[in-house]
Amino acid sequence: MASLEETPRLPRTLLIACGALAREALALIELNDWRHMEITCLPAIWHNRPEHIPEGMRLKIHENRDKFDRILALYGDCGTGGALDKVLEEEGVERLPGAHCYEFYMGSDQFAEVYEQELGTFYLTDYLVRQFDTLIMGGLGIDKHPELLPMYFGNYKRLLYMAQIEDSSLQEQAKAAAEKLGLEYQYIFTGLNGMGQFMGPLKEQG
Amino acid sequence: MSDEEDIVLSELNDEDLTLQMHDDLYDGLADEIHEGVNILLGRGWEPYKVLTEALVEGMRIVGIDFRDGILFVPEVLMAANAMKAGMAILKPLLAESGAPQMGKMVIGTVKGDIHDIGKNLVGMMMEGAGFEVVDLGINNPVENYLEALEKENADILGMSALLTTTMPYMKVVIDTLIEQGTRSEFVVLVGGAPLNEAFADSVGADAYCRDAAVAVETAKTWMAKRQGSALAG
Repeated sequence: MASLEETPRLPRTLLIACGALAREALALIELNDWRHMEITCLPAIWHNRPEHIPEGMRLKIHENRDKFDRILALYGDCGTGGALDKVLEEEGVERLPGAHCYEFYMGSDQFAEVYEQELGTFYLTDYLVRQFDTLIMGGLGIDKHPELLPMYFGNYKRLLYMAQIEDSSLQEQAKAAAEKLGLEYQYIFTGLNGMGQFMGPLKEQG
Repeated sequence: MSDEEDIVLSELNDEDLTLQMHDDLYDGLADEIHEGVNILLGRGWEPYKVLTEALVEGMRIVGIDFRDGILFVPEVLMAANAMKAGMAILKPLLAESGAPQMGKMVIGTVKGDIHDIGKNLVGMMMEGAGFEVVDLGINNPVENYLEALEKENADILGMSALLTTTMPYMKVVIDTLIEQGTRSEFVVLVGGAPLNEAFADSVGADAYCRDAAVAVETAKTWMAKRQGSALAG
């Protein structure tokens, strides 16, 4: 049995995540017993206002830089048009590969395949299923003004629920979401491997 | 609620009615805009005057408040919906009455991109400003743009993208225009949430338009420049 002295010291690591990924990242930290890792979040609602993300990220980095050995960003480009990457490059912080969080749950190759199959795909993750009524129906004003629905979703054909956990209740909610938007429903289980692979290699370092 | 608080549009004078229509556009009240447009036309207003003074001016105010973070996308879409109700009445009349033509624009979202909210707002505001708009819709490969630009003898090419992954396609279109030796024949305007001026410069566009109101002003400025150059030449 390894003594405490023999255990390599892992770099104190902070994950700055989109609030939409917090639950999944925490689950991975707990599952893998990554005690060297902490998480702090930026508001998930910035999904609808991505212009806030880059400077919000910079502020979080500055607030925490002295407290950690390493900082990682659990973000896609998320509609910032490269502005988030510019901030991260300036601050020397690495982020998950890919444009969207959907992409790193599924893996870039599979995501590209799904995307090519049907451009008009609206993606939901576990988080977005849970928050569908707040972020989508409420956030886009469709609950109060149903006449906006075709303006937002007129070009979409299907809703793809990319599940991180197997949960029949979430699947029912996702189906109901598809129905509300008038889209065909599809389901795929992704698990958390994509995110875990990004966070995992840190275990080897330090 | 008391009936006394209700505003009867037909009882307002022209100036108050115009201001009220700005408010109604701001609040996204399509029925009221429909009614207001008909009242002004009934009072002998030219369709172009109704369009510019009641609708476009109202949408300009909406655009400013959107830019300043006072209004958000749902409110802008409601306003656009209300403007559409007014445009439905005015469009055929404008065609008949020979409203001034500022120029012709071909517009569409680029290949791989189905997000057309911004593109539709720009198209509507451009029409409101007197431009003829040929809307190619969504997911356009370079061939669609080239064919339409030539067929329509357009002055302006507008390209829109919402995704970081699709916006680089704008360079494909512009590079093809350069290869064909036709780039200088068109003003190329680009827009979309993840874009910025640096990106527009890097792909060789003439200008980045951050919203529909800016697109209109930019298009007017560029058309004036072109006309100036043509006169000078």
